[in-house]
Amino acid sequence: METTMIHEVTWVGVAIKALIAMLIVSAVAGFGTYIERKVLAWMQRRPGPSHVGPFGLLQLAADGIKLFTKEDFIPQYSNRLIFSIAPVITAATAFIALAAVPIFPDFTFPEWIPLLGGVFVPSIAADIDVGLLFILGAMAAGLYGPLLAGMSQQNKWGIIGAARTAVQFLSYEVVTGLSMLAPIMLVGSLSLVDFNNYQTGGIASWMIWQQPLAFVLFLIAGFAETNRTPFDLLEHEAEIISGFVTEYSGLRWGLFFVGEYANMITIAVLASVIFMGGYSDFMLIPGWLMMGLKVTFFFFLMLWVRASWPHVRPDQLMWLSWKVLMPLALLNVVITGIVVMVTA
Amino acid sequence: MSLEQFKNRNIGEQNYKMLDIEHRPEKSWDRFKQAFGRSIKIELFIGLAVTFGIMIRTLFRGETHTIRYPFEKIPISRRYRAIHEMKRLLESGNYRCIGCGLCEKICISKCIAMDTRYDENQRKEVSEYTINFGRCIFCGYCAEVCPELAIVHGDRYETASEQRASFALFEDMLTPIDKLKSQKEYPGFGAVSPNADDNIKKTPLAY
Repeated sequence: METTMIHEVTWVGVAIKALIAMLIVSAVAGFGTYIERKVLAWMQRRPGPSHVGPFGLLQLAADGIKLFTKEDFIPQYSNRLIFSIAPVITAATAFIALAAVPIFPDFTFPEWIPLLGGVFVPSIAADIDVGLLFILGAMAAGLYGPLLAGMSQQNKWGIIGAARTAVQFLSYEVVTGLSMLAPIMLVGSLSLVDFNNYQTGGIASWMIWQQPLAFVLFLIAGFAETNRTPFDLLEHEAEIISGFVTEYSGLRWGLFFVGEYANMITIAVLASVIFMGGYSDFMLIPGWLMMGLKVTFFFFLMLWVRASWPHVRPDQLMWLSWKVLMPLALLNVVITGIVVMVTA
Repeated sequence: MSLEQFKNRNIGEQNYKMLDIEHRPEKSWDRFKQAFGRSIKIELFIGLAVTFGIMIRTLFRGETHTIRYPFEKIPISRRYRAIHEMKRLLESGNYRCIGCGLCEKICISKCIAMDTRYDENQRKEVSEYTINFGRCIFCGYCAEVCPELAIVHGDRYETASEQRASFALFEDMLTPIDKLKSQKEYPGFGAVSPNADDNIKKTPLAY
């Protein structure tokens, strides 16, 4: 294999990659709702959706039809423009963040395929130098979705949800950034392709063994940033109705959840690429399957935790972020720095 | 028995079981130790193991709590009081109701309306019999008072219908004549108990 051969990245390849990523993530985001309901049901001794289609698979279509045909309601005293675009911000930023995330290894279309034969599809749609920073930035910009949605709808629960959004996302951005800093120092690059190439030597070379603390911190912060239990305070029904989505219905409501599921996948992919060896081949298992398995595991972990653990209070959330996780992340950065300095 | 006992309002005092709640740590070092201990405690992961085990049991051993209701029904108690049934005599196929009017008389929500007349053989027959299920409270007095076990409570509890009079007419409640063979003797509310004969004592003549 001519591994040193540098393929030319054409716009066709990038477009195909973007399309693949977009389609797969949308499909998985839709399918994720089904999986979530099934897994939660099994963990609570229920069968879950089972009437519509085989194993309830067509429940997705039923839910989709319901979402599409629902009334698109905008409250009278809300800020109509901001109320309308807020869900789009959530969904768009979630997908923009995926532009710099490698989902599958690169491949070249075989020559016998008409039109596309010989086109090289890169592993990443946009392999930019600031990769990780771009992803973090785009996901942080996603904060504006819930924030604006909550503030524009003239609803007490919305305001509380928006306030919690700002507090929670801003706090945990700090932890995410700091926990990623230590692996970045080891790899010496912000590109996720370099992260992947750093860990090609089997399980022993995975970053998780060098940075276990950073891995745990990143997972916790990832749960908080994707608004998953035990940190689902933004829209916790028992306390604040639905938080920032109280007044939303139909497709706009659906967009929030597409964005949330896309973010879950982004976090799962990031955890896999940064800490768990990414899309390198593992023994006989090809890289794309390996990636799929890892992402599936992290996705399942999120559902598993949701079924098992109660959620925390807002003050406990802040305590956890600023008094526990952030000092630990700083400590990790300092120790990693010393080790890098000594061994270099 | 003195009045003192009833005046004591702290009736649960003796039986309260005090929970073993650990006291809150005062010093910051103790608080740190408590938080650290709780953070690395294995309990969180035991919780994960429990839910995973339940998932395995649900998936592979079929241990669910769900009853797929329209397709599956749990058996209801025989003493359940649902929509009434009128029984027939097994020998002749005639309805058992003798038109005595006790059920109409005892009905506390006044929902039973009946009318009787003499037929050509000078036998009493029920010319009209309806139960207004909009008013019936399913108390079961009619079934209890019926001397012939003619009106009983059945097990039809799904009573949504398009018309108010759906279940309410005599013919609706009467056992269909072609299903007479499968008419079950009523063991439920208001029926005589299986050992009724043993319980009967001969009335002394002195009464």
